Amino acid sequence: MNRLDGVEKTQLKENIPAFQPGDSLKVHVRIKEGNKERLQVFEGVCIARKHGGARETITVRKVSFGVGVERIFPLHATIVDHIDVVRRGKVRRAKLYYLRDLRGKAARIKEKDTRNKAQAAK
Amino acid sequence: MISGIIGRKVGMTQIFAEDGTVTPVTVIKAGPCVVVQTKSATGADGYNAVQLGLVEDKPVRLKNVSKPLQGHFEKTGAGVPPTRVLKEIRLTGEPEASVGDQVKADIFVDGDKIEIVGRSKGKGFAGTIKRHNFARGPESHGSMNVRAPGSIGQSAYPSRVIKGTRSSGHMGDERVTVKGLTVAKVDAENNLIMIRGAVPGANGSVVIVKKS
Repeated sequence: MNRLDGVEKTQLKENIPAFQPGDSLKVHVRIKEGNKERLQVFEGVCIARKHGGARETITVRKVSFGVGVERIFPLHATIVDHIDVVRRGKVRRAKLYYLRDLRGKAARIKEKDTRNKAQAAK
Repeated sequence: MISGIIGRKVGMTQIFAEDGTVTPVTVIKAGPCVVVQTKSATGADGYNAVQLGLVEDKPVRLKNVSKPLQGHFEKTGAGVPPTRVLKEIRLTGEPEASVGDQVKADIFVDGDKIEIVGRSKGKGFAGTIKRHNFARGPESHGSMNVRAPGSIGQSAYPSRVIKGTRSSGHMGDERVTVKGLTVAKVDAENNLIMIRGAVPGANGSVVIVKKS
């Protein structure tokens, strides 16, 4: 998609942290109520990242009162204010759609061991 | 004032506005175009128009331009180098532009109503369901006309198929005009026009953008 790069570069957001599917995220969403604006947090596991320049989207899944809820965010859209990474997950797949069929203990994701990496960085 | 420009479709993307809305846009690299010929209603042509040539980053090599076309470009006298694409834009009044003038994307501003002429993607030999939106037949209980067109006429009278009966055949790869489109954004610096919604044709194909 090189031919669109120049156009999409102007649309890209710069405050997006590095994260991967399996990571737990806090997505701060801008919500308009009348003429007031506030931030709402959607916290869950990123189960998919669909790349595509400015059109990149992420799917975030959480279980709310026993009901699975998934939201797809256009990563570079203005409604996404910022994203916090809560926890790094250890997964072996790029798309974690299998989590939809799991519940409770089985749907947990192991935490990634980042200690060595942090030491190496020092 | 020339009300149209030639361009090439680049592709589709999205624009995020400050108020949170997302606009799907088609990016068109429009021009710069050069006026190759002017036609006037009072002259030999009998109608008002300008012929535009699309100036591309990679100009066409002279050996690939036919001799009659080379002659056509020499006749301009303005030293206009040959272009791959030549298209005519009809004008309502006498053409004010002269040969050699440039037409750029800045003739459009955000929010302009436009129409686009392009060549649709070829679909090959298509059946009636795809080509004319016919309904499909039942798929089970021994049905044998799943995608068949059904009856195309009666037996004793007229005992022939009426001309113009919609049938399967070649679909696409034809000139298509879409009216009522809006310009979402103009990037005059890079000769880009972003148009809300879809535009006929494949990426890289030639389109004409006209004011409506």
